[in-house]
Amino acid sequence: MDWQAFALSLRLATVTTAILLAIAVPLAALLVLGRSRWLAALEALATLPMVLPPTVLGFFLLVLLGPRTAVGRGITALLGHPLAFSFNGLVVGSVIYSLPFAVQPLVAGFASVDTALVDAARLLGAGPVRLVSSILVPLARRSLLAAIVLSFLHTIGEFGVVLMLGGDIPGSTRTLSIVLYNQVENFDYAAANRTAAILLGMSVVALALIYSKAQKHGSESKTQNHGVGRA
Amino acid sequence: MLEFSLDARRGSFHLQVECAFASDWTVVFGPSGSGKSTLLRLLAGLDSPDLARPTRGRIALDKRALTETSIGLHLPAGRRHTALVAQQPALFPHLSVAANVAYGLRSLDRATRAARVEEMLALAGATDLATRRPQDLSGGEAQRVALARALAPAPRLLLLDEPFSALDGVASDALLERLQLWLRENQVQAVMATHDVTDALAMGAEVLLLREGRLTALGPAAQVLAAERERLMVRLQGRSD
Repeated sequence: MDWQAFALSLRLATVTTAILLAIAVPLAALLVLGRSRWLAALEALATLPMVLPPTVLGFFLLVLLGPRTAVGRGITALLGHPLAFSFNGLVVGSVIYSLPFAVQPLVAGFASVDTALVDAARLLGAGPVRLVSSILVPLARRSLLAAIVLSFLHTIGEFGVVLMLGGDIPGSTRTLSIVLYNQVENFDYAAANRTAAILLGMSVVALALIYSKAQKHGSESKTQNHGVGRA
Repeated sequence: MLEFSLDARRGSFHLQVECAFASDWTVVFGPSGSGKSTLLRLLAGLDSPDLARPTRGRIALDKRALTETSIGLHLPAGRRHTALVAQQPALFPHLSVAANVAYGLRSLDRATRAARVEEMLALAGATDLATRRPQDLSGGEAQRVALARALAPAPRLLLLDEPFSALDGVASDALLERLQLWLRENQVQAVMATHDVTDALAMGAEVLLLREGRLTALGPAAQVLAAERERLMVRLQGRSD
């Protein structure tokens, strides 16, 4: 078992999930509450990584962050090293790749909040930040949990973007998925089985967590109808 | 004083009204679909998905413009000193009754806020509900709490969209009486939408008659609703015979 790769995968998934939440919560709120005609284009852009082959996305990012583009040269000048083939580069790639898996559950959750509650909060003086933090997020807790779990697991399991953008540098860009690939390539099926079992186990535990919360939330919702519980 | 001149469309529905309410308490009367709720939502500054801002119009409260489309002015709902209590109480289900009432009082310190919540719950006859959750309330109780929550930030204009439909007649009359007194003392102007002619007549207020999005009459209830009053009397007489 490659514990270094395991720890790196966990670190990458944790950092990526934290950054994704900071981006996805306001973005999902904007997509649900906003009125601009450009929002459809923005939502399509945020969903694009879901349908784009990971290797294609990884290749685009590799080129964009490399020395051939102004963006890549600018980042290198700023950080003192290129983002490609580094942990930070993997974080950038993972955030972009997993963005739809954080945004979509939140959009669905925020959109399901009764608009009368949003109107009531606005009338009581809630600005966008308070509206999101005190009404949308608490009432879409299950969607928030789904966004966290999906982002985390999607990052743990990603392969194409990691390989393209990060390569296979131990302790820096070698994640569990890369280790599994290497083990299969070396016909070390016993080790590959153990690595695959760990990845599978993490997914099962996370999905069980989502569904158990969903069941609890479902039974709570049956007794909640926004203030008119019994006649 | 509330003044407005509005021209707004929602699909095939066209609301076109120009009016000034001098009275402390005005009733907007009209059948379902006449545009009462649309008018109140526009006055409150709430955008709905289909009906955005009025295509043309002006809304002013005490000479202060809230909406003025000619200069692109449209104050957000929370900055118009306007409260709206609708038929659906829309209490925040994850907060207690007291926290619901305190939601619009963030600028006050804790002690003042608690005192204000207590005062508003007492006004609405809901003091004993403070620690309850919205899902444990009856329809009438939820409407009382919604009223307390709307009044807590001390609005200048109170909009009521059939807000006491879940209360029985006696409870509704008692609450209205207390509310009217409180509004007068605190110089809050009220506009209430209803399609119930008895409600409109009982208050003896100024009545705006709305039909298919157009203002058809404005004046004292007995005068504007004379025909409706006549029909009501005939119906009541028929029942007693």
